[in-house]
Amino acid sequence: MKIIVCPLNGPRPVSEFAYGGEVRLGPDPDTCTDAEWSSHVFDRSGSPGVKYEWWCHIASGFWFILSRDTARDVVLGSFPAEAVRHGLPGAVP
Amino acid sequence: MFAHHDSLKPGYDVVIIGAGGHGLACAYYLARDHGIRNVAVLEKGYIGGGNTGRNTTIIRSNYLTPEGVKFYDESVRLWQDLGEDFDLNLFYSTRGHYTLAHTDSAMRTMRWRAEVNKHFGVRSEAVDAAFVKRGIPSIDMTCGGHAPILGALFHEPGAIARHDAVAWGYGRGADRRGVEIHQQTEVTGIRLQGGKVVGVDTTRGSIATSRVLCAVAGYTPRVLDMVDLHTPIYIHPLQAMVSEPVKPWLDPIIVSGSLHVYVSQTARGELVMGASLDPYELHQTRSTLDFVEGLSSHMLDMFPFLSEVKVNRQWAGLSDMTPDFAPIMGVTPVEGFFLDAGWGTWGFKATPVCGKTMSHTVATGRNHPLIEGFTMDRFARYQLTGEKGAASVGH
Repeated sequence: MKIIVCPLNGPRPVSEFAYGGEVRLGPDPDTCTDAEWSSHVFDRSGSPGVKYEWWCHIASGFWFILSRDTARDVVLGSFPAEAVRHGLPGAVP
Repeated sequence: MFAHHDSLKPGYDVVIIGAGGHGLACAYYLARDHGIRNVAVLEKGYIGGGNTGRNTTIIRSNYLTPEGVKFYDESVRLWQDLGEDFDLNLFYSTRGHYTLAHTDSAMRTMRWRAEVNKHFGVRSEAVDAAFVKRGIPSIDMTCGGHAPILGALFHEPGAIARHDAVAWGYGRGADRRGVEIHQQTEVTGIRLQGGKVVGVDTTRGSIATSRVLCAVAGYTPRVLDMVDLHTPIYIHPLQAMVSEPVKPWLDPIIVSGSLHVYVSQTARGELVMGASLDPYELHQTRSTLDFVEGLSSHMLDMFPFLSEVKVNRQWAGLSDMTPDFAPIMGVTPVEGFFLDAGWGTWGFKATPVCGKTMSHTVATGRNHPLIEGFTMDRFARYQLTGEKGAASVGH
């Protein structure tokens, strides 16, 4: 992956972007157990696979979502940040 | 150098996944110190082909937390007579280790580390700019004018060693004591019964065992999936590169957190150089031009006379990173499944002490006292072992 297609700025070199980690939907803090909460705080999906990730185009400060295969380093799709609220395709709530 | 075994036995007392330095060291001490010789070390590639052969070979104990300092100090102690133990030249070379400080806040961290180190009997000192210049006469003290060196943490026992020989030494020592090393043997599953380990499935057949040690560096999450354990470990590549050989001019090991560089010169004259982690998750060991350009420019800030020296090779390894930059070791909620993981960018120096402590843990079923700060359950207790301040560069 050398170029990322930004939903706002089009194709730009990957060096213009910052990685913000996987999109992670947390449990309800009012009802979850302590173990569920600490797992949400610390645990990560470390294995390779297709993941939704936060990325930021640094120059324009624009945050968006990439669907990327972390084994092959191939971008499969990009989504506006609002997609997190409206439900990403196939994302587990 | 190693016996070849045509087939796996039906069962072993202990199965170790990963024939890198850590896995082989554990096998060695299990056989030598604990009399457990019916051990299989399974390796999907070849001996020492993972991060054992991909690191920049720096050995030091100038850490930040008491847990870390005690642990790595024991490792440095074990390194001293390891070559003798193995009857193999590890090219262990004590050089002295400078962690350069370019800002007041970095100097403050160096003083903090020096005081913690000295408290535990580790030889580290916060030193001023003049001391640095005497120790490294060829360095540009202004670093190109934009990052003047104010001082450093000087760690006298800092050393380098020949990393492949470490894996070979431990492997040969284990092999001679009856441990079976099976290369080209990939683990495909771990069988559990009632929350206990009962066996391991591999590409060369299934074996029965009640104890499994996972020592697979950047592949840890994939093995953890087999036993349904969750950890904070995440994987980023770490790259390194080496220059053409030049005449000896750099005796000490130099680290600059601000410039994201660590460098030493090998006995062959090559400069071995490393920098920060790659910036995003990736399960590939590809190399990038960005890395060579960035690291070279920072090397030239410190040593401008290297501008005509060629870079010969570059490579990458997969780092299993943790949020507090400390490893995750010891027993796990799955009975019989032991973890030696989370070794991120700092695992090579710990090879001997990991073998010692994990062999004790596997043999007795209880965590060795030296690894109590590194257990998997520290996250649920929110009691992290913050070692980020002692990472060689700001990853």
